[in-house]
Amino acid sequence: MSFVVQADRLGRKYGRRWALRDCTLAIPEGKVVGLVGPNGAGKTTLLHLAVGLLAPTSGSVTVLGASPADGAAQLGRVGFVAQDTPVYPRLSVAQHLRMGEYLNPGWDRQLARSRVEQLGLDLRQRAGTLSGGQRAQLALTLAIAKRPSCLILDEPVASLDPLARREFLRSLMEIVATDEISVVLSSHLIADLERVCDYLVVLVASRVQIAGEVSDLLSSHYRLCGPRRDARGLPASQRVIEESHTDKQSTFLVRTSDPVLDPAWAIRPVTLDDLVIAYMSREVPGERPDRPRLKVMS
Amino acid sequence: MIEFQLDSGSGVATYLQLVQQVHQALRLGMLEPGDRLPTAQQVVAQLAINPNTVLKAYRDLERAGLVRARPGQGTFIVAALPGTDPAAQSQFLGSMTDWLRSARAAGLGPDDIEAIYRTAFRNCFAEGAA
Repeated sequence: MSFVVQADRLGRKYGRRWALRDCTLAIPEGKVVGLVGPNGAGKTTLLHLAVGLLAPTSGSVTVLGASPADGAAQLGRVGFVAQDTPVYPRLSVAQHLRMGEYLNPGWDRQLARSRVEQLGLDLRQRAGTLSGGQRAQLALTLAIAKRPSCLILDEPVASLDPLARREFLRSLMEIVATDEISVVLSSHLIADLERVCDYLVVLVASRVQIAGEVSDLLSSHYRLCGPRRDARGLPASQRVIEESHTDKQSTFLVRTSDPVLDPAWAIRPVTLDDLVIAYMSREVPGERPDRPRLKVMS
Repeated sequence: MIEFQLDSGSGVATYLQLVQQVHQALRLGMLEPGDRLPTAQQVVAQLAINPNTVLKAYRDLERAGLVRARPGQGTFIVAALPGTDPAAQSQFLGSMTDWLRSARAAGLGPDDIEAIYRTAFRNCFAEGAA
């Protein structure tokens, strides 16, 4: 299997603080991959290292099998949309396209023009006066008109209203439908990720908590609720991700590939939201104490 | 042609929701052999979901023998659901309705009845699996 992003004990320090430390992960190619995790988990640092905006302090990372930003060819293979989809506020839409063409050898002028037309953007308008949704769409246009093999987006829809968000994701999915392109995007909006991603990576404190196909994750996790019971009383095939107890009742979130047949349990499927929060809340071995941690109340 | 809907809070994987909706449409007669399913592009444009998810759902349906992809033309329904005997269906519907009426007469509410049904359902299928 080939990987779009592969990191091996990757680390990056700012002064004395590690923003990402000992991060090892492998994200398969040809998928739309959602990267989630609490603020400060290292998502943005990881993505910046992957596109070559940052150099690692330790370890290594490859994108599509090559070092990030290693020459013009590699730069052309990776499209990047940074957090909050920045554009140049004083440049017009047309000037953005001209800049894209000037800077990228593989620029597809036809694609850029037709997308801008489709979106109804005025070529003479300055980017600073575009709406948030239009700005995001312009940034996406610049990233895909260079015809990359992989697209990396850092929280592209965080600041958009629900309609603009849906439009943006629709554009992104239409690109995936027409081109063979790998996409990695970070987001806190799990409902969006559930629609658009087929693969999910949960990153907490530089560590991958879980990674896999979204449909596999959903079909292998259950919430069990029933009379109070110790986690050790569960079958060995059920791995407990989260548990809470009252004096009479126990609730578990378990991962298992076998069907749960014990009639004592009320069994509910787990939403992707529940699943991500459960993994984000788990204790991480060796985690630094200064990191704020999400606690689940029981 | 049918239009897919998504229930994002259900905990059911998106591709499975699509598969279930095709089954449902077949059961209700909204889809018949020869009908075409929407293309991946059409579903993507309508729901803003991952095209791979649509293809995965269609592959699932194809493996089950319900649809066939014809290159360049689309994905078509080729078979009806393996039907259960309509007489048997109506017989069980009748006895289930009688049972529900007597449960209601005994003072059980909808939630009680559903809990009983779920437990019985699971017991029954647990026997089958063991």
